[in-house]
Amino acid sequence: MKILVPSKRVPDPDQRIRIAASGHAIEKDDLPFVLNPFDAISIEEALRIRDENRAGEDEGEVVVVGIGGAAYEKELRTAMAMGADRALLVECETAPDPWNVARILQAVVEREQPALVLMGKQAVDDDSNQVGQFLAALLDWPQATFASKIEFDAGRVRVTRETDMGIETVSMELPAVITADLRLNEPRYASLPAIMKAKRKPVDRIDCADLGIAIEPRVRILEMEPLVSKRTCVQVSSGTELLARLRDEVGVL
Amino acid sequence: MRILVVLEHDERGLRLASRCALTLAREAAACSDGELELLVMGYEIGFVAQEAAAYAPVYCADLPGLQHCTADRAAKVIADAARDCGAGLVMGASTSWGKDCVGRAGGLLGGAMATDVTACAMRDGILAWRRAMFAGGVGAWIALEGDPLIVTVLPSAFDPAEPGGEAGEVTQMEVEEATLPNQIRFESAGTKSGGRPDVTEAAIVVSGGRAIRNSDDYERLIGGLADQMGAGTGSSRALVDAGITPNELQVGQTGKIVAPDLYLAIGISGAVQHLAGMKNSKVVAAINSDPEAPIFEFADYGLVGDAYEIIPELIATLSDDG
Ligand SMILES: Cc1cc2nc3c(=O)[nH]c(=O)nc-3n(C[C@H](O)[C@H](O)[C@H](O)COP(=O)(O)OP(=O)(O)OC[C@H]3O[C@@H](n4cnc5c(N)ncnc54)[C@H](O)[C@@H]3O)c2cc1C
Ligand SMILES: Nc1ncnc2c1ncn2[C@@H]1O[C@H](COP(=O)(O)O)[C@@H](O)[C@H]1O
Repeated sequence: MKILVPSKRVPDPDQRIRIAASGHAIEKDDLPFVLNPFDAISIEEALRIRDENRAGEDEGEVVVVGIGGAAYEKELRTAMAMGADRALLVECETAPDPWNVARILQAVVEREQPALVLMGKQAVDDDSNQVGQFLAALLDWPQATFASKIEFDAGRVRVTRETDMGIETVSMELPAVITADLRLNEPRYASLPAIMKAKRKPVDRIDCADLGIAIEPRVRILEMEPLVSKRTCVQVSSGTELLARLRDEVGVL
Repeated sequence: MRILVVLEHDERGLRLASRCALTLAREAAACSDGELELLVMGYEIGFVAQEAAAYAPVYCADLPGLQHCTADRAAKVIADAARDCGAGLVMGASTSWGKDCVGRAGGLLGGAMATDVTACAMRDGILAWRRAMFAGGVGAWIALEGDPLIVTVLPSAFDPAEPGGEAGEVTQMEVEEATLPNQIRFESAGTKSGGRPDVTEAAIVVSGGRAIRNSDDYERLIGGLADQMGAGTGSSRALVDAGITPNELQVGQTGKIVAPDLYLAIGISGAVQHLAGMKNSKVVAAINSDPEAPIFEFADYGLVGDAYEIIPELIATLSDDG
């Protein structure tokens, strides 16, 4: 089974984000980037499906695809070092908004004809949580978002989903779109030899225009403000004092 | 402009999250000279439609095929309703159902979408939306381009709407069972653990972090304190990762975003990803053995000490009082 894994390059979540002087973007100079953590989970799951032959087909291929600038190559190689077979880079000057990412992915799906698109539930930079749902709608494929377990059974895929209410199970025919939640798996780290080997694997570059896609902007950032804490912390010396203050000063108990 | 608001419900009626979404919908209507129309869908939901009609006119899609409403069907009903009523704006709550189904509808309707919106305003003649980015490290005002616009509302940023305004009639939508998509089969849904209030709906949330060593301790300390306070329980991702708490209790950027009257953070360091989920709580109190823990910067009250000593003390004091 061929699995396509869209993967985004995002600022390292451990770094402090600063807003650029324009007030419309973040300061990217010196900011380290990583593979979006939910995409690492998707890659891990795709590798396991392939290697455990979970879908009951001998031939398996995991193809990662990134949409953005040339710098994406680093994260795509990380994915190949984890074990992905191939990487595609759809080159666009800036990472487009979710609608355009979904349109580009639709075109890539039409070329690559995967049986499954496995992707992150959200990119942790913009936190949009949209692309998987958009892509499924554009392809008219079934979707299962927020997956914590994926099983195959006679041409169908059964997905356990994390919802506000707890756990839900749905099943779908392939091809389908699945978005990964945190508990799906714990992604592996690439070994040093694998990282070296991945340097020699190809990254196929495709120009966005070659896919027949003209970007249709949907989201425009007007202004960005930094997060600041407006609180000053009163230190209390005991549990009893804490309860008394919450009761008397705030009236919350 | 017509504003179509997709409402969710459970067996008791409209979900609180949807009433919170209605609050922003009313603000959007007020600043864009818009009119609200509501959409409810499901099976045997006459009582929900009646409840919704106290807020605005209601479209009701009520048929067996919408009972466990999967995303393929829900998105089609939402998109059809949006086109039928000529909506320029479609809104819903940013719940797991809303992200799944309104998101897919957004794909059917052209993708001009903003999720987790916390405010709207007219800026230079265009409707602008506020939402957090980068784990809450940045608050952004954005404009959407396209028609219709699709917006999911962060429920914890708003008080629930009360009935009033232009109450409306209920119109049954004509949806043919046979035309509904059949791509996703609902198999089962687990019921929520325990009888405590939902972390997103509770007025008080007692939340535990890595300081808590196992599920028994979590239940005894965090659960025990929550029960004394009539609170819901939450947790940091550290406990979800460790298998100590279920996913639906995770507060943060990639979990639930909550804003209770009181958030009590116990043994939580205060990583930005956690702060993203609770920093708008009305009052924050933190208990942590490390006086330098970043959570104290985002707390109104801080107590330095060992949770394993302090919590039993709090539980004892509260149970004596009660
Ligand atoms: C992409 C991404 C998304 C994430 N999303 C989320 C999210 O949604 N929610 C979330 O919570 N995290 C999230 N995280 C993880 C986050 O970065 C932190 O790792 C996590 O919040 C830490 O949890 P913690 O505070 O419980 O643990 P720690 O950071 O280990 O802190 C434990 C704290 O407990 C204190 N402590 C220890 N023992 C005691 C004791 N006996 N009594 C009192 N205090 C004690 C310590 O001083 C310390 O401050 C995310 C991370 C990434 C990379
Ligand atoms: N520029 C991109 N390139 C590749 N994949 C992307 C890109 N943007 C988003 N995605 C995919 O879409 C998922 C959801 O992203 P989002 O809807 O933006 O939160 C991510 O986890 C990725 O799998």
